Amino acid sequence: MADYTYTLLIPLIPFFVFLLLGLTGHKMKPVVSGLIGTSGLGIAAILAYTTAFKYFWAGHVAGAAYTSLKAFEISWLHLTDKLTIHMGILIDPISVMMLVVITTVSLMVHIYSIGYMKGDPGFYRFFSFLSLFSFSMLGLVLATNIFQMYIFWELVGVSSFLLIGYYYDKPSAVAASKKAFIVTRFADLGFLIGILMLSFNTGTFDFQTLTDPHGPAITQAAGAAFMGMSVLTWSLIFIFVGGAGKSAMFPFHIWLPDAMEGPTPVSALIHAATMVVAGVYLVARLFPVFALGAPDALHVVAWIGGFSSLFAAVIACTQTDIKRVLAFSTMSQIGYMMLALGVSGFGGEEGLGFMASNFHLFTHAMFKALLFLGAGAVIHAVHSNEITDMGGLRKHLPITHITFLIACLTIAGIPPLSGFFSKDEILVAAFHANKMLFAIEYIVAGLTAFYMFRLYYGIFWGKNTHYHHTPHEAPKVMTIPLMILAFGSVFAGFLPFKDLVTSDGKAFESAIDYWIAVPSVLIGVVGILIATIMYKKETAIPDKVAGTLKHLYKWAHRKFYMDEVYLFVTRKIIFRYISVPLAWFDRHIVDGTMNGIAGITQYAAYSIKGLQSGKLQQYAFVFISGTIILVLIFVYLV
Amino acid sequence: MIQNIPLSYYLVISTLMFFIGIYGFLTRRNLITMLMSVELILNSVNINFVAFNRYLYPQQLEGHFFMLIVIAVAAAEAAVAIAIIINIYRNFKSIDVENVDEMKY
Amino acid sequence: MLTVGGILLTKDLKHSRLVSAIGMGVQLILSFVLVYLYLKERASGNTAAMLFTYDALWFPTLNIHYALGVDGISVAMIALTGIVVFAGIFASWKVTYLPREFFISLIILASGVFGFFISIDLFTMFLFYELAVIPMYLLIGIWGSGPKEYSAMKLTLMLMAGSALLLVGLLGIYFFSSPDPSHLTFNLMQISKIRIPVEMQRFLFPFTFIGFGILGALFPFHTWSPDGHASAPTAVSMLHAGVLMKLGGYGAFRVAIFLMPEAAHEQAWIFLILTSISVVYGAFSAIVQTDLKYINAYSSVSHCGLVLFAVLMMNQTAMNGAIVQMISHGLMTALFFALIGMIYGRTHTRLINEMGGLMKVIPFLGVVYVIAGLASLGLPGFSGFVAEMIIFVGSFQHTDVFHRVITIVAASSIVITAVYILRVVGILLMGPIKNDHFLHLDDAKWYEKISTITLVLAITAIGMAPFWLTNMIDYSLAPIVEKLLSIQITSLF
Repeated sequence: MADYTYTLLIPLIPFFVFLLLGLTGHKMKPVVSGLIGTSGLGIAAILAYTTAFKYFWAGHVAGAAYTSLKAFEISWLHLTDKLTIHMGILIDPISVMMLVVITTVSLMVHIYSIGYMKGDPGFYRFFSFLSLFSFSMLGLVLATNIFQMYIFWELVGVSSFLLIGYYYDKPSAVAASKKAFIVTRFADLGFLIGILMLSFNTGTFDFQTLTDPHGPAITQAAGAAFMGMSVLTWSLIFIFVGGAGKSAMFPFHIWLPDAMEGPTPVSALIHAATMVVAGVYLVARLFPVFALGAPDALHVVAWIGGFSSLFAAVIACTQTDIKRVLAFSTMSQIGYMMLALGVSGFGGEEGLGFMASNFHLFTHAMFKALLFLGAGAVIHAVHSNEITDMGGLRKHLPITHITFLIACLTIAGIPPLSGFFSKDEILVAAFHANKMLFAIEYIVAGLTAFYMFRLYYGIFWGKNTHYHHTPHEAPKVMTIPLMILAFGSVFAGFLPFKDLVTSDGKAFESAIDYWIAVPSVLIGVVGILIATIMYKKETAIPDKVAGTLKHLYKWAHRKFYMDEVYLFVTRKIIFRYISVPLAWFDRHIVDGTMNGIAGITQYAAYSIKGLQSGKLQQYAFVFISGTIILVLIFVYLV
Repeated sequence: MIQNIPLSYYLVISTLMFFIGIYGFLTRRNLITMLMSVELILNSVNINFVAFNRYLYPQQLEGHFFMLIVIAVAAAEAAVAIAIIINIYRNFKSIDVENVDEMKY
Repeated sequence: MLTVGGILLTKDLKHSRLVSAIGMGVQLILSFVLVYLYLKERASGNTAAMLFTYDALWFPTLNIHYALGVDGISVAMIALTGIVVFAGIFASWKVTYLPREFFISLIILASGVFGFFISIDLFTMFLFYELAVIPMYLLIGIWGSGPKEYSAMKLTLMLMAGSALLLVGLLGIYFFSSPDPSHLTFNLMQISKIRIPVEMQRFLFPFTFIGFGILGALFPFHTWSPDGHASAPTAVSMLHAGVLMKLGGYGAFRVAIFLMPEAAHEQAWIFLILTSISVVYGAFSAIVQTDLKYINAYSSVSHCGLVLFAVLMMNQTAMNGAIVQMISHGLMTALFFALIGMIYGRTHTRLINEMGGLMKVIPFLGVVYVIAGLASLGLPGFSGFVAEMIIFVGSFQHTDVFHRVITIVAASSIVITAVYILRVVGILLMGPIKNDHFLHLDDAKWYEKISTITLVLAITAIGMAPFWLTNMIDYSLAPIVEKLLSIQITSLF
């Protein structure tokens, strides 16, 4: 077995970079801090590629199943006789794949940020946060046990919080960061409860033990039944709540659009390519438990994923902020991945959905990062997020234009770009499992193509907006990452995922099913065509369509009023009807009781203080009468 | 001669003196009069001491000694009390006990 | 042989004398020495299994001893106290009004706390407890702010009421401490070897537990805490929330549960409900407060509720968590109060609505505040996370629905905590600067940096490498838990 101990360096390098930049960054020149951050991640990326090569090809016997192995592990915290939290590094197909994804996208984002964040006063802070994020995310995917994952999960959440709130003097950014953190934190509570239940019932945190098909988690799966479902199902559902929070699944999605307040490279890294897929990764990581132990929980995953993807796609059609369109698109695509996991079975060809999900995760990371970075280049050029402020930019931003187009075609699922392959696998998996979900995904595929091209035409074609100063192409340091990612988006589809990342580690065969592939491409093309008609030139059609579907449009534009519902719950119910009365209760009733006791004491003191009259003779009289009475009592009794 | 007078006579006298003293202490408003009443009470006790000593334990003299101590204490007490009364008079321009009720509450 | 604890105590007394003689300069150095001594002691405490005990007969008629001794738990608590006192002294560097008396009172308070933690004689324990409470009254009443007389009075009276209950409990224990009436003892270790009659336990346990619970801000006896904290000067808030409230948790566990396990088992459910109310209720109340100190005081109610909650879970993991939580909360809340004091010293207001955008003008304090906030809401890498996780995992080991539900209720506080922490951070540090004269604020001075950095280091040290701490505690917990378990079994049959 090959030695992978060096993989310890992959998360640790960004961590040290974070410490270095965080503590001494303010004394450095901005460029230096940027270079340190980037080179740190560069080394991590090289190590990740080496690991991937070694694991998938060099150190692997052809035809054998990929096993998971622990490169490193120490005991971190002893809890009970059975439960101990370890810190370690787990190497298996999905973690290696995630390593590649994270380091690649993160490296691209680092390079890009050197250009994008130029001149920002908090340059070093930005890079130290990026490094912190990379560290936590890498720690998350390499976790050997569910508790380590939870630890890094929280760290990822906080780095996301810090990065969204990077422009901390902007109230909307602060509010968005707060919202993101609290919403995900709420979901994490579910995760924590899930962990507690799962670990209690299986007696372990360890992934290898948990996911062993013959291990205690799965064989003793049923456990005690509670409200019609096994404890295992419940705990997995709770864990999935955590995953749904991080992955912005309905109904925890509300933080994601607002998170776009952060700098655009951050959106590309965290809110498109890596952190938001943590939920998918979590389900994938525990997939054997889900698939073999609790199929009910898996159904929940599938339906939430399916619904979220449709829901988000509809909203995305109506948004005007380009980053928000991309945010909803992300949510929709993650819905796809969740659905793919949800419809998948375990082992062999049954595990098509599992493979497809990871495949899509991989390709999506490439093209969505590309889309965001492209959008960043556009925003950099025109200083606005609103699609209405843009138009006709293709002449000004040629490189961005081409790469953006590639990304749009990829996400629309046009062959032979990578999106086609991964999406097709998902559709096949859905088709075999559940026709209803398949139908949803089919519609979403069309919608995706439509809204992406609406965006594309809105930015690069359409009306020729007059700009205050002519937009200019971004510097090389920004366009090169775009080109690299575009290259990735085009060719990632040819990676042999069927051989590499499968539910049980064994390779399997499946060919493209033309009965599904052709219609899915067709609906993509139809979506593109409709968008072309409506948005290529400035026409009145969009307004008319919006007019005929007035209510739907309005609802979708307002994101189905989910934000309002949440606001209502948080501000009205929690703040006004719980916290305020509670504080009042505390001040007046509880404290009032205490003060009341003090008051009674005081009152009693006041009422008896008259006895202390200062009149000597009164005292003497009382004293003597008392004596006489006592004497009489004595005499009488004795 | 003495043997002819029963103990109860002394006790009656001392009790009378005691209650006269109490009465005076409680009803008089003049501090000097009150002090005199206290002396009366003390002396009634002295009579008791001496009388009991004489009638119950004629061979011992503790009662007499105690009486002497009480007289000495009473003398000291009278001196202190009069000093206090003079001070009160200086402060309040009166020796009426009704006016001296600052030490309350 | 003198105990190390004894040395600490005399050091302390000398310390206070030195302070009155020379002043604050020496105070600094001696505090360093003190912290160093704690660390050394901890090292030796780790190797030696049994406590360094020192026993002097103090009041023979009632068999009261001046008995001292430490184990892993009290060492940890002493280290906590040391750090907090150290930081507190730096935080109150700029006390101008009667500084000598201030520091003397502070040191007396600290000696009371130290004494409490090292006592193994119930009577001396109680004595030190009183010793810690009295200077508190003076410190708040004289150096406080706002309605300080009211708060000082309220705090002292409520704590005194607590100690009255406690005294009843302790005397009760004393009279049943031995089957032979001529061998009554206050010694904790000796009492723990015998069984107090269950009927008596039923009666005495609530007294003792509530007595300590008042100090640990048990709902509904917590209202002294917000007012007291809000009025107290910085260092006192730090010491009070950081250390003094821990006396409650420590005592509840050392005395109430250790000595009366049967009653604890029987009555735990009532107190579990109360503590989980404390946890959630404190957090909800913190959401709407506008005064920084009130926010933090309610947050302390919530976190200390968690300590008592975990203690009542009565298994090794949860109790371990309770102690880690005590230490962690002590450090975090001390850091918070120190920061609040520093911010108040600059802005002259504690109302969050009047502040904003402070991150720009006082970045150091701002960053530390964010760190404190994150630690408080249980971010991995800081001590709060470790403590909370141990508690939740521990309490989840109970199999019945009641304990589980109540664990989940308590766990939900982590979300509410996030809400109020982020609310404060958002309003206070971020956003545009609200008031023009804030533009000229100075960032932290060196002594403030020492104070905060000490605390931050301690918090992260526990957060990153909790194992040494939990192992140390585990070792000392083992006999206690063993006793609990053995009794559980006997009471079952």
